[in-house]
Amino acid sequence: MTTDTVHDTSATSIPAWEGDITQIPYWVYRNEDVRKLEQEKIYQGPTWNYLCLEAEIPKAGDYRSTFVGEMPVVVTRNTDGGIHAFENRCAHRGALIALEDGGNVRNFSCVYHAWNYDLAGTLQGVAFQRGVKGKGGMPDTFSKTALGPRKLHIATFCGLVFGSLDGNAPPIDEYLGDEIASRIKRVLHKPVKVIGRFKQILPNNWKLYFENVKDSYHASLLHVFFTTFRLNRLSQKGGVIVSETGAHHVSYSAIDTQEASSAEYESEKLRTDKENYLLADPSLLDGVDEFGDGVTLQILSVFPGFVLQQIRNSLAVRQVLPTGQESTELNWTYLGFEDDTPEMDTMRLKQANLIGPSGFVSMEDGAVGSFVQRGIRCADAEYSVVQMGGSGIGSVDYRATETSVRGFWKAYRDHMGF
Amino acid sequence: MTAINYEQLNAFNAAYASCIDEDKLESWPAFFTGHCLYKITTAENHEAGLPAGLIYADSKGMLTDRVSALREANVYERQRYRHIIGTPHITSTAPDALQAETPFLVTRIMRGGKMDLFATGKYVDRFVHDGAELKLAQRIVVCDSTSFDTLLAIPL
Repeated sequence: MTTDTVHDTSATSIPAWEGDITQIPYWVYRNEDVRKLEQEKIYQGPTWNYLCLEAEIPKAGDYRSTFVGEMPVVVTRNTDGGIHAFENRCAHRGALIALEDGGNVRNFSCVYHAWNYDLAGTLQGVAFQRGVKGKGGMPDTFSKTALGPRKLHIATFCGLVFGSLDGNAPPIDEYLGDEIASRIKRVLHKPVKVIGRFKQILPNNWKLYFENVKDSYHASLLHVFFTTFRLNRLSQKGGVIVSETGAHHVSYSAIDTQEASSAEYESEKLRTDKENYLLADPSLLDGVDEFGDGVTLQILSVFPGFVLQQIRNSLAVRQVLPTGQESTELNWTYLGFEDDTPEMDTMRLKQANLIGPSGFVSMEDGAVGSFVQRGIRCADAEYSVVQMGGSGIGSVDYRATETSVRGFWKAYRDHMGF
Repeated sequence: MTAINYEQLNAFNAAYASCIDEDKLESWPAFFTGHCLYKITTAENHEAGLPAGLIYADSKGMLTDRVSALREANVYERQRYRHIIGTPHITSTAPDALQAETPFLVTRIMRGGKMDLFATGKYVDRFVHDGAELKLAQRIVVCDSTSFDTLLAIPL
């Protein structure tokens, strides 16, 4: 037996990435060691992870439970108005500190042995530290100050709260870049209110969903509502912006009322092009140009798992969380603005039919990731083809491209060291 | 006008379940009044007063559109439901209207045979007379869980 046939248990099972960012090897969605490495290199690496909205924790003592990758995290508002986040893990035995999705508290007490934490996640009290009736208790050498759950660095931007476990993450403005930052500001330009929360469990790797968000090529091919009602035809004016790092993107389109019948679509005879498709109650699509720029759709992603969506007047943030190699949690937070009129409220409720797990234009996105995950079950040595629009990751003024998908893989490979 | 009774409610809900489970969705909007509210939400949203739904329809036309979208537009893997609808808990009665909360359980059976408990919850209903027939002026589908697996295409 030669040495290279001996199984080395210390090595990972991650193969080499042979091609470039136009060839995505299928093992990247399936390999268990990749999943572990993502936790370390991406979620706990120099990235900014969306945690919650400032509007969800407006008052001192307000908190939300969330996740950074698979790590449970608590986000709080302190009495001085500051925001903190810390790992939801008691320093004693590792139990969850907060058991609710959110609420208002003065401090946190672990239910297991009543170890107590302040709103910043700093360990304040250890039950029976001096023992009971002079017996038991912690040794004299015990020090609370050395113990506590890991604390996150916090950055806020337009009411979005981001956290990072790595002090080397660049400042949030720099991380986002000017173009992405300005498109977040475009939507989140005044105080928001939450109008609903839904959780969707996707039976596929998180990257398949995040790629789908960035993929402007599929939008009008898979989703009939866009094309039929001229919300998102590829031949409309619009484009894709990719951040310098490749990590983040914006895809946008605007109604072009002068648009002639598009020859490309006619010749393709696409399934999605149904001329006679009419709504019995078109009030669903009643809307207003609330941002005053004619942009009917803006899908924006921030690496590794945040999406800000404007589809007409339907506004939402989405948080993409890995929950297993073939399982992803997609948290939808539907938004309006605090100063919405009752008419605007109703418009948003009706347009919310477009989005979410039952969305006329997003239902399919819940399923296609699973179609891929099941399709590639025996294809670890094969790869997908991401060549639409060439091999670059630049911003373009058209949407028949996979530039932002390639951008994602560039950033992903940089973080992972692939 | 005679008051609405349990027998009518049970017969109505049995027909409603059969309509969806037997894939006769084109008949589904007829269970509602012209101006109605049909919404699918979660107990968490409902109790917190957060108004958005996964599906939100305030007219029979919007229900018709939901069905035609499922038939003509949306892509989802072949699947079917089986509804088990419980006994209505009548919460208020008036000569011409009745409010009830009725528990339901829905299994989803996918192409390929995967069968799961897909949703449980309660219907928060307001029934009215429409001539001799009973109609829903409101059905808020309040799902117990915050989570939905993959997608929710067929109505509950």
